[in-house]
Amino acid sequence: MSALNGGQAAPLLEVRGLTKIFGALKACDHVDLTVGKGEIHSLLGENGAGKSTLVKMLFGSLEPNAGEIRWQGQPVRIASPSAARKLGIGMVFQHFSLFDALTAAENIALSLDDNTPISTIAAKAQALSHAYGLPLDPYSLVGDLSVGERQRIEIIRCLLQTPRLIILDEPTSVLTPQEADKLFETLDRLRAEGKSILYISHRLEEVKRMCDAATVLRHGKVVGHCDPRKETASSLARMMVGNEVQAVVRQPVAGMDKAAALLEIRNLSRSPATPFSIPLRGISLNVRAGEVIGIAGVAGNGQGEFFEAVSGEAMQADAGTIRIRGKDAGRLSITGRRLQGAAFVPEERLGHGAAPRMKLSENLLLSRYATDHKAFVAAGGMVKTSAVDAAAQRIIEVMDVRKSARDPEAAALSGGNLQKFIIGRELDRRPSVMVVNQPTWGVDAGAAAKIRQSLIELARSGSAVLVISQDLDELFEISDAIAVMHNGELSKPLPIAEATFEKIGLLMGGAEPGHAAVGMETA
Amino acid sequence: MRVELVKRPQQSALFSALSPFIALVLTLIFGAILFSLLGKNPFDALYFYFIDPLREMWSLEALTVKAAPLILIAVGLSICYLSNNWNIGAEGQFVIGGIFGSILPVMVPEFQGPLLLPLMLIMGMIGGALYAAIPALLKTRFNTNEILTSLMLVYIAQLFLDWLVRGWWRDPKGNNFPRSITFSDDAVLPKLLPNGDSANLGIVFALVAAVLAWILVTRTLKGFEIRVLGGSPRAGRFAGFSSSKMVFFAFMVSGALAGLAGISEVSGAIGYLQPTISPGYGFTAIIVAFLGRLNPLGIIASGLILGLTYLGGEAAQISLGLSDKVVRVFQGMLLFFVLGCDTLIHYRVRFVGFAAPKPVETPALKAAEGA
Amino acid sequence: MGIAESILLTIATAATPLLIAALGELVVERSGVLNLGVEGMMVMGAACGFVAAALTGSPWIGVFGGIVAGAVFSLLFAFLTLSIATNQVATGLSLTLLGLGLSGMIGENFVGSAGERLPSLYIPVLSDIPLIGKLIFGQDPIFYMSIALTVGVIWFLFRTRTGLTLRSIGDNHGSAHALGIPVIRYRYLAVIFGGACAGLAGAHLSLVYTPQWVENMTAGRGWIALALVVFASWRPLRVLAGAYLFGAVTIGQLHAQALGLGIPSQLLSALPYLATVIVLVLISRNRRLTMMNTPASLGRAFVPDR
Repeated sequence: MSALNGGQAAPLLEVRGLTKIFGALKACDHVDLTVGKGEIHSLLGENGAGKSTLVKMLFGSLEPNAGEIRWQGQPVRIASPSAARKLGIGMVFQHFSLFDALTAAENIALSLDDNTPISTIAAKAQALSHAYGLPLDPYSLVGDLSVGERQRIEIIRCLLQTPRLIILDEPTSVLTPQEADKLFETLDRLRAEGKSILYISHRLEEVKRMCDAATVLRHGKVVGHCDPRKETASSLARMMVGNEVQAVVRQPVAGMDKAAALLEIRNLSRSPATPFSIPLRGISLNVRAGEVIGIAGVAGNGQGEFFEAVSGEAMQADAGTIRIRGKDAGRLSITGRRLQGAAFVPEERLGHGAAPRMKLSENLLLSRYATDHKAFVAAGGMVKTSAVDAAAQRIIEVMDVRKSARDPEAAALSGGNLQKFIIGRELDRRPSVMVVNQPTWGVDAGAAAKIRQSLIELARSGSAVLVISQDLDELFEISDAIAVMHNGELSKPLPIAEATFEKIGLLMGGAEPGHAAVGMETA
Repeated sequence: MRVELVKRPQQSALFSALSPFIALVLTLIFGAILFSLLGKNPFDALYFYFIDPLREMWSLEALTVKAAPLILIAVGLSICYLSNNWNIGAEGQFVIGGIFGSILPVMVPEFQGPLLLPLMLIMGMIGGALYAAIPALLKTRFNTNEILTSLMLVYIAQLFLDWLVRGWWRDPKGNNFPRSITFSDDAVLPKLLPNGDSANLGIVFALVAAVLAWILVTRTLKGFEIRVLGGSPRAGRFAGFSSSKMVFFAFMVSGALAGLAGISEVSGAIGYLQPTISPGYGFTAIIVAFLGRLNPLGIIASGLILGLTYLGGEAAQISLGLSDKVVRVFQGMLLFFVLGCDTLIHYRVRFVGFAAPKPVETPALKAAEGA
Repeated sequence: MGIAESILLTIATAATPLLIAALGELVVERSGVLNLGVEGMMVMGAACGFVAAALTGSPWIGVFGGIVAGAVFSLLFAFLTLSIATNQVATGLSLTLLGLGLSGMIGENFVGSAGERLPSLYIPVLSDIPLIGKLIFGQDPIFYMSIALTVGVIWFLFRTRTGLTLRSIGDNHGSAHALGIPVIRYRYLAVIFGGACAGLAGAHLSLVYTPQWVENMTAGRGWIALALVVFASWRPLRVLAGAYLFGAVTIGQLHAQALGLGIPSQLLSALPYLATVIVLVLISRNRRLTMMNTPASLGRAFVPDR
């Protein structure tokens, strides 16, 4: 083979004109990509740019409509993940493809195409996990593991197939900064062993730090190839987003500590509701009028459970545990808390914050039928359709929601546009307390900036805003103070002036459970 | 051949309206094939099934008698299914409604007057609602699957009725026939037309219930609650709606309507209690509900169509010697096609032929591995 | 033959169809599919099994006919729910409704005609052991099949890679698809297996339990089999225990009716159904336990991107 190619070895992977069409949407449009041997190649692009679609085609999960994939110079057709694995392509998924009810070893066995006994697989996995410094108990049930541990299983599973190309889809989005550093060490080792890595991210700093080359995608098209080490974060961002996204403006306000606390949480505890959920332990927090408090933390540390408890989807035994605008709300339902002036935006947009198969106007009614009862509901429980519709159009206008029909189903909107609508639905009420879980998860940069700015403005107009997010950049951008949730406990909030990535990262990893190292006790 | 589904960005309004009709046409085609296989002229058979019963006044009246219970029950079921509560025990609620409604005419035959019938109807509704509350209670309190419990309760209700009419409530002057005493005139549901044949007020109840349910589901906040909790339960909880209250609401409304259908059948069409009071209305109504696309107004039409199959079955049995079992095959087939066609509302369906190549390994790949 | 021995024998006969149908459904549900059509497939197996045996004079061909009928009938459900993603609950219901109608039509000319009974196997010497001899070595062939099936399902689900793959699909079909496991193909095979089991269970009813054809002769046994799967928390051995428990209830009430204890026969006939409700309540009260054991993708439609 090498004789055929002459002295010049062909690159490991070459992609030419790869195209994938979903209905009317060109998710990938004539994408070109070249990954060399022993190279960490970054695939950059914001949410919805087509990165995931591209790698799914490379891994055989999706079938391209057009284009060519060359592997070591030879055209190949990758019809299934199993074919991809045979070639030597391994993948670590962003939304892990793991099975909660099975053990780590069984999970690994499922992606090996041969019939090796589970015990052999377990032994191999353990050996490999030690070699790469990724400790792992092969007989533990995946459902009981933390997000970081799950990612380790994904990586070990991938490495066991001795791949030549490893695809990592947003691997650090679920890790603490310190865990991410360890991952980078592993990647460095793999590169040294001559393996190639296709690294998908939208975090520019780590791409600059780690990657040898980058391909930037925007709206399904390649907008450029570059050497990220020679670019600045802002030049990379410009390539990704197209035009400069307006930076979020946050002016610190003086005298905030004297303002009244509109949301008070006192010693909130909650036992786990399902076998795999996290108990909450003694959480206390005040959010004052005018401020944005951020809650950082790795996914799966109790943020979802905390949100349900604060929103009233799960009520408390003691009424004083949650106080809204100075009144006990612990025994109020979510409707009762809304009537007290609170508004909530959950993490999951489709199926929690919005009913996917209902129109936007109906989704407006979803969280507003009680607070705006007079405006939206007539005598006899009849819905005033025209009033609801007018309000929905008003929100669509204010939040610049882009859509294909006048009043489409929620599921027909892109993630960013739906999130703008859901946030707008609550802002429209001018709530005095706003609690948001993952405000910009999976949202494009333009929409994210709009959402963040509007949250800051709400706070500055005198409301208390609580934002739960996994995105540290976001929290540093909008928060006046950041607290960290780890394993169902919440640290004291750290004023933004004192907070650093390192301090927050340590708390996220649970390294300082007593949060003494941060030195907040004296503050 | 492989079938590929491509999700539509929006529900197709066209197929929402068309799918029941496509299903009907497919059922007719397959029905014709079935009749040919049975050695009958398919056109004759379809004629006796679907046209002949519509030609005479008496048989149109009979149609309303068959369709009324189907519509009443299916309207209730549509509220259950829209809210994602799988009540499949309407047959049992129908029976218990018939029994509860018969308490006064059977046990207190001396009680007469214009109040008797309304009381019977109300008691029938209460009986059906209470019986339907059992699976609702078990679901909300003990997390028990309502499909299985509501179905088991059908068998229990039927055995209870059997015991009543053979034991406690048997007419002592009835020559040992397993039946209750015949209802007095005041206990019989009035005829729809003064000089009419068989049609009774039942069809009026059915139409009123359908219209009210339609307003409830499409126009009111309660209806919105039903649809939200059925379509996305988590979003429903986020809205502050209680899913356990909805379980009770849906089950008890549908139980009450099934109970009303039960006592209307006993009082209007039969006139006394006997071991069997339903030719499977509670199950056929499931088909009616789906053919009507869970829309109470659609259910009026689908109830009439399914009612027609009962009459047509009788007509075809008399005229062509076709087995009465064919009716149920027909009804079952119809439901299959309805469900299948509903897919068209949410998905575009593509048939991918055998021709699509599916090489797992290409020669080039082998060569590359050899490198 | 003593009375205890004959009671135990009949308990096994009553339990066998429940066991077979429930084991089939267990495999289906472990793959993440809820097929509520067990009653319909079972009654089709009973009708076709009986008719095949009556036409050929061979009860063995009847057994085969029942299996094939159940399997073919389940294909209808598989196509609708798997290929065109219809609602599994509604489709299962319609399978039952259609099965009850179709079986009535198929068996119509055979109502009341004497059927072929599948003879019991008597293993020489061993079947003469007192008390347990006939119980273990003198049963009908389908009884032995049911025991072999239990062992086979346990081995398949928990000892083979294919079984592991099937369980993984039931746990998370999205992950399975991402790994390249052919979700739909596995589910088709599981549903057909479930159909074949239900068909065999039906054939047992019309060829062994009561060798004749009566319309709706399954009388809710398909539904009880469904309840057994929940009761057993999706474990094959517990299905075995549950099936024999229900067999005992059924036979117990029959004997009580024969004795004429003054209890209304209808109340006794209702006992198996009442027992089903009670047992379901007892098992599902423990939400945590149910949640741990229920296959996580049970009943959810799966449409792969491609």
